[in-house]
Amino acid sequence: MTILETGSSERVTGKRLLRREDPELLTGEAKFVDDIVRQDALYMALLRSPMAHARIVAVDTAIAKHMPEVFAVMTGAELKSDWFAPMPCAWPVTGEMKNPPHYPVAADVVKYVGDIVAVVLASNKVAAIDALAAIDVKYEELPVIVDLEDALANKELVHPELGTNTSYVWKLEPDKSKVDQAFASAVHVVKSRYVQQRLLPSAMEPRGVLVVPQLYGSEYTIYSSTQIPHILKIMLSLTVGISEAKLRVIAPAVGGGFGSKLNVYSEEVLALTLARKFHRPVRWTEERSEGALATIHGRGQIQEIELAAEADGRLKAVRVNLIADMGGYLQLLTPGVPLLGGFLYHGLYDVPAYSFTCTGVFTNKTPTDAYRGAGRPEATFAIERSMDSLARKVGIDPAEIRRINFIPPEKFPYPSAPGLVFDSGNYLPNLEQGLEKVGYAQIRAQQQIKRSDGSKKHLGVGISCYVEMCGLAPSKVLGSLSYSAGGWESATIRILPTSKVQVVTGTAPHGQGHETSWSMIVADRLGISPDDIEVLHSDTAIAPYGLDTYGSRSLAVGGSAVYLATEKVLEKAKLIAAHHLEVAAEDLSYKDGSFAVKGSPDKVMLLSSVAFEAFTAHNLPEGLEPNLEATVTWDPPNFTFPFGTHIAVVEVDEETGETELLRYVSIDDVGNQINPMIVEGQIEGGIAQGVAQALFEEAIYDGSGNLLNTTFLEYLVPSASEFPSFELGNTVTPSPTNPLGAKGVGEAGCIASPPAVINAIVDALSVFGIEHIDMPASPEKVWSAIHLSGGNSR
Amino acid sequence: MQITTTVNGRSFTGEVEPRMLLVHFLRDVLGLTGTNVGCDTTSCGACTIHLNGESVKSCTVLAVQADGKELTTIEGMATEAGLHPIQKAFQENHGLQCGYCTPGMVMAAASFLKENSKPTEREVREALEGNLCRCTGYHNIVKSVLAAAVALEGVVQ
Amino acid sequence: MFPASFDYAKATSVADAISILSSVDDAKLLAGGHSLLPLMKLRLASPSMIVDIGSLTDLSYIEDKGDYVAIGALTRHHDVQNSHLLKSAVPILPYVASKVGDPAVRHRGTIGGSISHGDGASDLPAAVLALDAKLVLTGLRGERVVPASEFFVGFLETVLGSDELLTEIRVPKFSGGWSFQKFNRRAQDWAIVGVVAVNNGHTRISLINMGPTPLRATAVEAALADGASIEVASGRASDGLDPPSDLNASSDYRRHLAEVLVKRALAEALG
Repeated sequence: MTILETGSSERVTGKRLLRREDPELLTGEAKFVDDIVRQDALYMALLRSPMAHARIVAVDTAIAKHMPEVFAVMTGAELKSDWFAPMPCAWPVTGEMKNPPHYPVAADVVKYVGDIVAVVLASNKVAAIDALAAIDVKYEELPVIVDLEDALANKELVHPELGTNTSYVWKLEPDKSKVDQAFASAVHVVKSRYVQQRLLPSAMEPRGVLVVPQLYGSEYTIYSSTQIPHILKIMLSLTVGISEAKLRVIAPAVGGGFGSKLNVYSEEVLALTLARKFHRPVRWTEERSEGALATIHGRGQIQEIELAAEADGRLKAVRVNLIADMGGYLQLLTPGVPLLGGFLYHGLYDVPAYSFTCTGVFTNKTPTDAYRGAGRPEATFAIERSMDSLARKVGIDPAEIRRINFIPPEKFPYPSAPGLVFDSGNYLPNLEQGLEKVGYAQIRAQQQIKRSDGSKKHLGVGISCYVEMCGLAPSKVLGSLSYSAGGWESATIRILPTSKVQVVTGTAPHGQGHETSWSMIVADRLGISPDDIEVLHSDTAIAPYGLDTYGSRSLAVGGSAVYLATEKVLEKAKLIAAHHLEVAAEDLSYKDGSFAVKGSPDKVMLLSSVAFEAFTAHNLPEGLEPNLEATVTWDPPNFTFPFGTHIAVVEVDEETGETELLRYVSIDDVGNQINPMIVEGQIEGGIAQGVAQALFEEAIYDGSGNLLNTTFLEYLVPSASEFPSFELGNTVTPSPTNPLGAKGVGEAGCIASPPAVINAIVDALSVFGIEHIDMPASPEKVWSAIHLSGGNSR
Repeated sequence: MQITTTVNGRSFTGEVEPRMLLVHFLRDVLGLTGTNVGCDTTSCGACTIHLNGESVKSCTVLAVQADGKELTTIEGMATEAGLHPIQKAFQENHGLQCGYCTPGMVMAAASFLKENSKPTEREVREALEGNLCRCTGYHNIVKSVLAAAVALEGVVQ
Repeated sequence: MFPASFDYAKATSVADAISILSSVDDAKLLAGGHSLLPLMKLRLASPSMIVDIGSLTDLSYIEDKGDYVAIGALTRHHDVQNSHLLKSAVPILPYVASKVGDPAVRHRGTIGGSISHGDGASDLPAAVLALDAKLVLTGLRGERVVPASEFFVGFLETVLGSDELLTEIRVPKFSGGWSFQKFNRRAQDWAIVGVVAVNNGHTRISLINMGPTPLRATAVEAALADGASIEVASGRASDGLDPPSDLNASSDYRRHLAEVLVKRALAEALG
């Protein structure tokens, strides 16, 4: 495929164009769901189970029902006849996968703390929440499963009717004997166990939904704080039983998602169900501590990874065994998330033999699902931590173990042992740039000096090289993975009669700046100002086709669709221009908003004139439809494979166990960049989220299944004060799989950073013989490890 | 309980329930929805506004406590001439992505820069310790506030 | 989130506030509200009545009284932090105030509110304890002056009577060495463990979040008085204490941190 062709003498792409999204967000003019005023809406408040596993014996709503301004109070038992289908799971990863049906409100048994047991509708939020306190529920406690290995042992069952806690076992093992041989003949075998702690995604805007039914018609408008208005519309139709043609989903300003808004939630189904039942607008806005229980969690895995290597450290095989925490039920993509990492546990290393097994187990906890990176941060952590262990075992530097194992550039497109084809890559220069930028040799020297000085503050440097698969996804591949949707993206370009341009995209941005970037792509191709281009999205009535924004897919897939639709509309314009200039279309060239006859540069027709001609349709070529509009649905032929090197420098205080992140260098290769400013912003945000996983965050459950840190007081989302500025660089290896040559960037930072930080900490603590610290590396955890190590050996 | 406040230069008198939080008064009574709610625990700073010219978290002030006070919300920052220099700096330095924490960040920064017009990077980071952002990694927010400091110095001179 | 319903009264004077307090069973004073309102939002406190003393501006002052500085109870952390008088007469106090919460919290929270709340995890109660401040309590029967060492009696419990309010904090001036060590994971958080050390001839050390109230590290102080080295004395930081275990730190880790932080504080204050 060719790389972005321009119709402009001065490229806009590649420039740091300021975001057109910003003024309304900066002034408070932007409307998030909770900002949309509907005076007649009923407020929905939800009573949630305080028990992790219990039978609902009785729900007494009598007092609540008679409180002032309360419109209705309903239990799960009372709502049974209102359900149409169970909550959807779109990724049955195996034919035998167990997926117990669940409905928005539990009628008989609750499966996790936060499961909904009753609903209040009232004329305002205060009255609705006051009424919750008046509902009395009697529970009969049932055995609780919190720990993943306990779940696997089936000692007690989350869903007794299934006879097991295992939802599925998924294997990716193209050649088992090859793997076994590799391990049998390996000089070095490194076996490690890592815990991917549960995380709360913590988008700054809590979720919210407002459903507005037509009073006399039969249509419903659903405003939701969602990443997936299009998928949501389909799923609501299938789940609630309302014709898809009667549903309009609008994602207004959405305050971050990170995967947590890539779902179909009980509250959305419930609000629509109740709006239908009562013919009234219904709204709900999540509270932060409610969201900790009600919004999906990320990660939640126990990883076992084994590397087989030659004497010099060259990898022969990777074998992985994963236990993945599903939580109480399967949400939209719950079972598939670990599989997204399942192809990448060999990282960017040339590994001939590969085996991956994932067992998904139910526990009495909030369901997990996609959280920024979804499977790939976990995979990257496991391989990059293990590579450091291997380096230690072989006795070479962590940088060197990576150098000798990189897939060499001449092997691209690289068919990986797990069965992917890596599109393009050139890993060594990227690593070297990172080492140069951080001053690797100097840091090692400094480290030695500090160690010999007997300092109680220990310097550590950690390298993490990553490759990820994004640009989700070729529809056929998704089909082979049993995913219930395609991976295409749609775009429509309209050149309006006054020559302004409308771009309609099926992506659903919530902070990524698609309006700006898409306008740049179109501006370049048409050779006009981005200011003349409007980008429309996130409303299924305006942008009917789309598969939304997740999995670092929007630019590589959606941006490509936009580019190709622009090409297509330009082809049509060319036919009209050729007709008016009385030449053949192939005799025309196009630049800067005007067609010119090749060889006769004075014979021109402006795009604006073409647009008006297309609108009046007074004189069009025979058989050509009026108006300048083109739609392209682009299905990518392959994933894209961004890569990079991240290096963390830390100082660990031996006395307190505190880690200070001194420096953070990242060199990312995301292919061609449309707007480097936005690209860097994505990476910086991702780095911070990954550092937060490494150092601060963990959803902590007690043995009874209570989530102990439901607020930002206890769940430690770090602030500006906890970070240094980041030092970014890049290499550019265009992807050959799409016309933009773009690879995707949304998740890169948080995929790369956790192992960089933990490798740095372990490097700092190597003088104590410490080989691993689980995330988050809290001061106490680090101090305990030092305390138990028996002291400094050097 | 009757209160009178001045919000973004305009006076308001009305009845509020004592337990109404200032942020709900601004959003639900006055319709100033630019001030956002991001947490329950005075932690995230999304609801930061100015009370008598200083940053406060409006989720932890009762509306009745604002009686007789002057309030400025994000809606009071830009003028007909355009964005406030701090808002401009946020745009120019890509200091926002989803924009949800942004009103609070801008208000926190505005209050801070009144107290410290020539801050260091470290001081900016500490000044924003009570404002959480999940998108930017703070990198460009800090850059924005440093740039705003320079821009505002220019305005004063 | 929002509080449960309550009655509200705006006090017009200290006497007015006291008279309302004494006539209602379950009334709570509201100054800046940054200790009380977060508890009320989480429904961990649901007083039947709130007495708002926020408009008693005559309780907001920092005055030089010769050998001590008098601080009105309604003086905000922000004002303590920026007081020139305090910076020269009791420099540790502005420094401690600058580490409370975050800037927006410091614009609302008051020194009197923080001390009256009596939280063993808060910074300012420990500071006034180490500084040997005197607290002026005003009630129906007039004023009484209580040393900080007698003020904090239990978990969120002080000697304040139900009809009394803290009106003034009297902090002795001092010119010796001092140190404030606050260990936390995020800047805006409460201390996991904190240490305040002041050295004005003899050394006083108080500990934050090592028990239900702010505590004096009496074993360390005694060891120092007996001539022990910093290293040895700081080893006694948690003697006789039973620090809490929570999500941030186990009791054992708190004991350890207390020793490290006391050592660092003493090195700075005595150095």
